Amino acid sequence: MNPNYYVILAGVLFAIGIVGFLVRKNALVLFMSVELMLNACNLLLVSFSRVHGNLDGQVASFFVMVVAAAEVVVGLSIIVMIYRARHSASVDNENLLRY
Amino acid sequence: MTALLVPLVTGEAVAYWICAPIMVLAALGMVLFRKAVYSALSLALVMVNLAIIYASQDAPFLFVVQIIVYTGAVMMLFLFVVMLVGVDTRESLVEKIKGHTVASVLAAVGAFILLAATVGGSLVTGAVGVGAANTTYGGNVQGLAALLFGKYVFAFEATAALLITAAVGAMVLAHGERLAPKLDQKARARMRIEDYVTKGIHPGPRPSSGVYARHNSITAPALLPDGTVAQDSVSSVLVQRSGMADPESLGAPTKKAFAALETAQGADEEEL
Repeated sequence: MNPNYYVILAGVLFAIGIVGFLVRKNALVLFMSVELMLNACNLLLVSFSRVHGNLDGQVASFFVMVVAAAEVVVGLSIIVMIYRARHSASVDNENLLRY
Repeated sequence: MTALLVPLVTGEAVAYWICAPIMVLAALGMVLFRKAVYSALSLALVMVNLAIIYASQDAPFLFVVQIIVYTGAVMMLFLFVVMLVGVDTRESLVEKIKGHTVASVLAAVGAFILLAATVGGSLVTGAVGVGAANTTYGGNVQGLAALLFGKYVFAFEATAALLITAAVGAMVLAHGERLAPKLDQKARARMRIEDYVTKGIHPGPRPSSGVYARHNSITAPALLPDGTVAQDSVSSVLVQRSGMADPESLGAPTKKAFAALETAQGADEEEL
């Protein structure tokens, strides 16, 4: 199967992730959009690993998963902390963090 | 598309044409659903389908890791936080910046075209396939292990440090500082006596609820020796919710029975 199909699929998923990140206001959904973009990149890494016939792409994809897991842990705890202080998970008023 | 028309359809193509539409629809659902829980479940669907595509691309280790780490751990963490934080918070649809949604969609479409034209257009050859690479060390997992613990061993150790830092960071961030010291039994007893001295509040337990011939629920008020209601005997929460039961009506059946007994006794005496 032509690898271009996977490039198209990853591009569509990445674009949807961009839309979600720019349009939504709930901090949790923003985070999920970032995860979607990371997954699209992982798909590309695995596909290109196959194009070139070596496993380096799969190792890179594995590292992306590890970093994403760490990022989710810290990010979600920050969201929970902000929610505790302000009783809102919306990113519209987050400039209040300045004060 | 012509590859599909020939009778030899590969399993990979079947997996792609089943999973890819589901993934795109679920990803759109993630963006469009108003409730964060639905978004999280849609994203989990995307990730499971992505795992299937990994499997069809000769990456069995990543297939398992995708399901265990992403769908199993990360998405469930998301769901936990959604339950804690965002399950009933409504998202406002008012645009803070005019034309924000349209501009965002345009930007995403532009990014997609850029990606498809540059990355996709540069590919003219088919895939080599990782079959040969997988068999070099006797399997996909063994091949990945050889790379991880050989060529990429320092990156691997750095991720270990990263994970530990993330775990400690999450603990520090989620830890709530106690503003006042925890009250022990001694402190509580002292507070009760202080209340008694300054405000005259009775330090002992409050009276229990009333027991009548036909009622002993906790909404029934107890009666003091002079027949008045002991206000403390019913919880103020219950009084606010349904009102205190009327002691007159609660005691009425007993009084009626006593009255009937007395009249019957009087009639017997008259007969004698």
